[in-house]
Amino acid sequence: MNLLIDEDIMERVLRIELPFNRYGMDPYGVSQEHLGVVFSLLGFLYKHYFDVKCYGVENVPARGRAMLVGNHSGGVAVDGAMVLTSMLMESEPPRLAQGMADKFLNRLPGVSQWANRVGQFTGLPEHAARLLEDDRLLMVFPEGARGTAKLYPERNSLVRFGTGFVRLALATKSPIVPFAFIGGGEAIPTIHNSKWLGKLVGAPYVPLTPYLLPLPRPVACQIYYGKPMVFEGDGNEDDDVINDYVAQIQDYIAELIELGLSRRNSLDAPFQLPEAR
Amino acid sequence: MKVLITGVSGKLGRLVAKTLVEKGHRVIGIDQRPWPDAPKGVRVIAADIRKRPAEDVFRTQRPDSVIHMATVTHLTTRMSEERQRINLGGTRSVFEHCHNYGVEHVIFVGRHTYYGAGPDSALYHTEDEPPTGIMTYPELSDLVAADLYAGSALWRYPELKTAVLRMVYTLGPLKHGTFAGFMRGPRVPTVLGYDPLFQFMHEYDVAQAIALAHEARLNGVYNVAGPQPVPLSLAIDVTGRKRVPLPEPLLSTMLGRFGLPDLPKGAISHVKYPIVVDARPFCEATGFVPTYDEIQTMEAFRWS
Repeated sequence: MNLLIDEDIMERVLRIELPFNRYGMDPYGVSQEHLGVVFSLLGFLYKHYFDVKCYGVENVPARGRAMLVGNHSGGVAVDGAMVLTSMLMESEPPRLAQGMADKFLNRLPGVSQWANRVGQFTGLPEHAARLLEDDRLLMVFPEGARGTAKLYPERNSLVRFGTGFVRLALATKSPIVPFAFIGGGEAIPTIHNSKWLGKLVGAPYVPLTPYLLPLPRPVACQIYYGKPMVFEGDGNEDDDVINDYVAQIQDYIAELIELGLSRRNSLDAPFQLPEAR
Repeated sequence: MKVLITGVSGKLGRLVAKTLVEKGHRVIGIDQRPWPDAPKGVRVIAADIRKRPAEDVFRTQRPDSVIHMATVTHLTTRMSEERQRINLGGTRSVFEHCHNYGVEHVIFVGRHTYYGAGPDSALYHTEDEPPTGIMTYPELSDLVAADLYAGSALWRYPELKTAVLRMVYTLGPLKHGTFAGFMRGPRVPTVLGYDPLFQFMHEYDVAQAIALAHEARLNGVYNVAGPQPVPLSLAIDVTGRKRVPLPEPLLSTMLGRFGLPDLPKGAISHVKYPIVVDARPFCEATGFVPTYDEIQTMEAFRWS
């Protein structure tokens, strides 16, 4: 497997601050070697294929629990993969963000094995709560599968957010770091989601593109990490209160998306991240 | 103190008996299997826990506490009526005798496979979770039922202190238990594309944990685990075995042949998905700290 590992990436993987044992395994079965292989590939895509630019990484706490919350777009989770990669490449010390994967992934041979070895577990509330209580970095897409199902014209809009993530953040006293991912919808321009094909491969749907397969195109992408948001409460508030918090987060992410879209053709221009309310 | 151990002649039963004798207790064992060279301080009585002579032991010996270890494991044996009678009927008899003959404390040594394995189950199960694996793995049902029945003693017999221990797999020089049985041969089959975490502890630590539960007069349902879990592939490598990854349909037809271990059909989910438990409440209640870490445990199994 060593041929597949980039030395610079491995150097960063080894600096991730998790309790790895002598064989490079943490208590969740996250493996340094597997991280090395996966991030060597993703790091290449990050730098050379998508040419991802990342702003505001200083807003993500260097240590301790936190929740990255952002917009989903593009039929396969290019955005998720690039956010994970940005946390490894740009954060100091490098951090492992742990996503909450769709349930069907754990049923697929190979995918199940690799996703688990690099810390991407099934999106269960138990997993999310436990990872946060262990002071880890959680990556959440509150739009879920509704988000990846966006068609090309809807790529920069937001669909309904789930609310469980806010209750969880309150219950575990975790700061929420909102982010916007620009370019996911261009990388995979979905024109149709085939439920029929999905049934065939055991997924909710398979996104189809003008060139048929959901293979990502080499599109420049940007990630904007916004200011951390901390809310008052313990997670048992009424729906009105929670919905209000969710709306604040959603609005802030929409602002970040707008900022990102306005800067697409002038990436070198100076700018200021909007303040969270 | 006088401790009665059911299933004392098993590898783990003997180890627990010796540990308790070292701590200054008197041990009476019930088992149908003999233990010819039982050490001083251990008296073995040949009896079947479901039959009259076993009840006589309770009546005449009047033990202060009981450790119930006479249950049959599932992963390598197929469902049978006999097994169900031992696991469920035996457990029932033990608890009734405990109640009738004034036993103060009883420990049910159960298994963490209670939680079952599946694509949707979470890592690090807590004691309050229901047994979700039972639908896909009917061979598990008698042990799950025995576990729940033992737990019901907590409200049925409030004067009887009851500890239900859900222990992870054992591994070590005695080669005792389900997981050790699965890993016995030089080649260990895995399901291609799946590499679940396995959680196990050294046999010595298992005996220590049971002895500590006895000392603490533990009351309630507790997961018992030692070191962190490791992926099956790593366990196979470190114990010097060879991995044989097979596609799932092929694996189910090859089990029990070509030197591969035999497994019931539902057990395949236990080689595809992990069962990992959170044992912090047990450690806090008893002060248990494992002596062997996961690597020492695997090496102890390898070099014995």
